[in-house]
Amino acid sequence: MPVVRIPTVLRKHTDGDAKVVAHGATVREVFSKLVAQHPGLGEELFDGDQLRGFVNVYVDDEDIRYLSGQDTPVEADDEVAIMPAVAGGCG
Amino acid sequence: MLFGDVSQAIGNTPLVGLPRMSPDGYTIYLKLEGHNPTGSVKDRVAKYLIEQAERHGLLEPGQRVLEPTSGNTGIGLAALCKVKGYPLTCVMPENTSEERTQLLTMFGVEIVWSPASEGSNGSVRLARELAAADPDVYMPFQYGNPANALAHYETTAPEIIADLPGVAAFVAGLGTGGSVTGVGKRLKAWNPDVRVFAAEPEYGDLVYGLRNLDEGYVPEVLDESVLDSRIKVGSVKALTYTRRLAEEEGIFAGVSTGASLAVAERVCKRLPEGSEVVAMSPDGGWKYLSTGAYAPGDVERIAAGISGTLWA
Ligand SMILES: Cc1ncc(COP(=O)(O)O)c(C=O)c1O
Repeated sequence: MPVVRIPTVLRKHTDGDAKVVAHGATVREVFSKLVAQHPGLGEELFDGDQLRGFVNVYVDDEDIRYLSGQDTPVEADDEVAIMPAVAGGCG
Repeated sequence: MLFGDVSQAIGNTPLVGLPRMSPDGYTIYLKLEGHNPTGSVKDRVAKYLIEQAERHGLLEPGQRVLEPTSGNTGIGLAALCKVKGYPLTCVMPENTSEERTQLLTMFGVEIVWSPASEGSNGSVRLARELAAADPDVYMPFQYGNPANALAHYETTAPEIIADLPGVAAFVAGLGTGGSVTGVGKRLKAWNPDVRVFAAEPEYGDLVYGLRNLDEGYVPEVLDESVLDSRIKVGSVKALTYTRRLAEEEGIFAGVSTGASLAVAERVCKRLPEGSEVVAMSPDGGWKYLSTGAYAPGDVERIAAGISGTLWA
């Protein structure tokens, strides 16, 4: 089952959990289940049905903007990671 | 190679093949930016930031320069400002390695610490506040200054094209985005089939310590349209590839080199067989020795122990 990784800043909505199991064959389906389980996440992640600009989402480590966005397929053993956009270190 | 002073000895770095670590049917080359005078790719950027400012009349003789940086840019600026006569203040997160503090201090740099819990975002915030409050300082601001990407457009990329005209793809780590944007644009202008990939370090939880997502930040220098993809690399993987690079290819590089190498290997199979891929090695490993990244022992345990400082 796909696992969603929750960044520190959003764990207040998942009772502190860093990883949450959520079902679905695409990012859209996984997120709709995730938000149903943890409603506080909806407002944080979405503006309407679009992901907010400072939210980066990765499936198997790859940014979904360069895959198929929310239609990106999610395999059973994939990790869906949510990360805030931050200024790069190592500058 | 004869140069009048250190500011002229920047660039023209070696491009070195990795015959032992490249996947079958492909060749990965590393652009060894550790060969620059202060040991990183940021010497190129520092030179462009300062010389563009001089050219545009933004910097007076003897004026103080202030910049948010967690290391390499600060060290590059320090050497250049020294020979050009500008005092320098660097704003850095508290958790940067001891070597960087010592180097900057030796160059006479004033260091202002930003909270470790805010990561590089914190340095950017604090530097902006300090610059806004003091009209006498000049802040080049590598995250938003086009001279950053221009350095790569005008120097790094042409060197790659000259050495390896058949290059099929370029991979670099993502910090300010200057490397991928500048090199990527120039390579694509020259051959539109070249693919460009960003290796994004997966920082420890500490660096993501924003209070809310609205505090996120995408550097103005990064042009996301140049990228064919963006792939994140965790500390364990980056460290594993970095250590293999020493063991198998005899190259001692910083940890972000391992991250780019992991991405270079991953994307090879998306390219025609026989393709040549260039990955950027921003620096050598010297400045990170004190973190323990290269100490003997189990990579997972080492990575876990230093995840807060690894990319800082
Ligand atoms: C160690 C290291 N990794 C990655 C980068 C990323 O470079 P950029 O700021 O061009 O995105 C840098 C920049 O100096 C660096 O020093």
